[in-house]
Amino acid sequence: MSDHELRVSKIRNGTVIDHVAAGQALNVLAILGIDGSEGEGVSIGMNVPSDRLGRKDVVKVEDRELSQSEVEVLSLIAPEASINIIRDYDVVEKSRVDRPDTVTGLLSCPNRNCITNDNEPIASKFGVVADGVRCAYCGDIVRDDIAAHLDVQS
Amino acid sequence: MRQDHLISAANLSRESIEAVLDRAAAIDADPAAYRQRHAGAVLALCFFEPSTRTKMSFDTAMKRLGGTTVDMGTVESSSVKKGETLADTVRVVEGYADAIVLRHPSEGAAKMASEFVDVPLVNAGDGAGQHPSQTLLDLYTIRERAGLDDLSVGIMGDLKYGRTVHSLAHALTNFDVRQHFISPESLRLPRNVRFDLHESGAQVREHTDLDAVLPELDVLYVTRIQRERFPDENEYHAIAGEYRIDEETLDAARDDLSVMHPLPRVDEIAPEVDDTEYARYFEQAHNGVPVRMALLDELLTQAEAER
Repeated sequence: MSDHELRVSKIRNGTVIDHVAAGQALNVLAILGIDGSEGEGVSIGMNVPSDRLGRKDVVKVEDRELSQSEVEVLSLIAPEASINIIRDYDVVEKSRVDRPDTVTGLLSCPNRNCITNDNEPIASKFGVVADGVRCAYCGDIVRDDIAAHLDVQS
Repeated sequence: MRQDHLISAANLSRESIEAVLDRAAAIDADPAAYRQRHAGAVLALCFFEPSTRTKMSFDTAMKRLGGTTVDMGTVESSSVKKGETLADTVRVVEGYADAIVLRHPSEGAAKMASEFVDVPLVNAGDGAGQHPSQTLLDLYTIRERAGLDDLSVGIMGDLKYGRTVHSLAHALTNFDVRQHFISPESLRLPRNVRFDLHESGAQVREHTDLDAVLPELDVLYVTRIQRERFPDENEYHAIAGEYRIDEETLDAARDDLSVMHPLPRVDEIAPEVDDTEYARYFEQAHNGVPVRMALLDELLTQAEAER
């Protein structure tokens, strides 16, 4: 995409999360716990034309570089995403997301009868399987719309 | 395989299953030799749901090993009624006992509880999840007559919520068994169990009708279809009637078919079947004692060795 088509301006320092599946940008922010309350600049492009995905979302967060664990959780809802670390307007690091083996405390189990939905002192825990995630306690498998089970405020 | 707890049949290997069944056979052959084996040991019975067979057979098993039991009693009479978490309950109970048997209405309860205790914990049923000690006695009963390889096993009834079904299906993947699942469409195996069976490469077929598959079965494992699974009383009676076994149904079966049931039954097996050669379910229930003795012996012996 050429500069004159840009809907979101370049950032000086921070992270650009590109090639996010269309419609998932707000979930990406939710999963990262970014809501602007820390004063960071956040820009979102949704349904932007993309050669690779047809339509994609783009998220730009100023003055914030994502940690490895943040990148891992991103992979669950945005497996195609690429992470660009920006310093002084230049991309200094570019990487694809890697899927983690387990995800703890991030998703809630859709099985209402799962012990993780009782009032017990444990965090939810999911193993990452080929095409979804699986509750480590009740064994329930979530394949579609994993973002709907995010246990965070969006 | 080292086994601290028994949580799910999905974690059982062929070797660990055969070790328990061999030990149960040795106990069956000479129960007197085990009478003082765990003298002084205490087993805690924590049943958050009603139980007759499982609780009484664990109680008997521990006493026949020379040990004693402490019983939490009903939920109504315990601190659970005051809002205590399961995590707190088992942490308290592990101070009283050398092992814990737990039944709880939530799936994953035993797995979670096991993370809070150091003593061996046995899952005696977690909601619609697993019931692996039942599976060990089921396998023991099957093995006594037919061995555990080159078998066709039919599992019929409530496959969706039946925890004995889920555990048995998982365990049978360790053996050369063709598994046939027979149920109404609405009570098919849950997705996670089908996923595991597929991953294991097991030979699995699903049916809505018993007639097509009955003649080839070595074992027919019948489970209860519960009234509360159906919003409509008439629909329940219609469906439950289709999955009822009587002498006439069994005309099409092989002479050496074993009819099994984890019990309690309501009317899914007609009483007239009880007196036939097919009926194995009371023997199956009795096998709960030697098999649970073997399981407790293994878990307690290992825990003592580690202390």
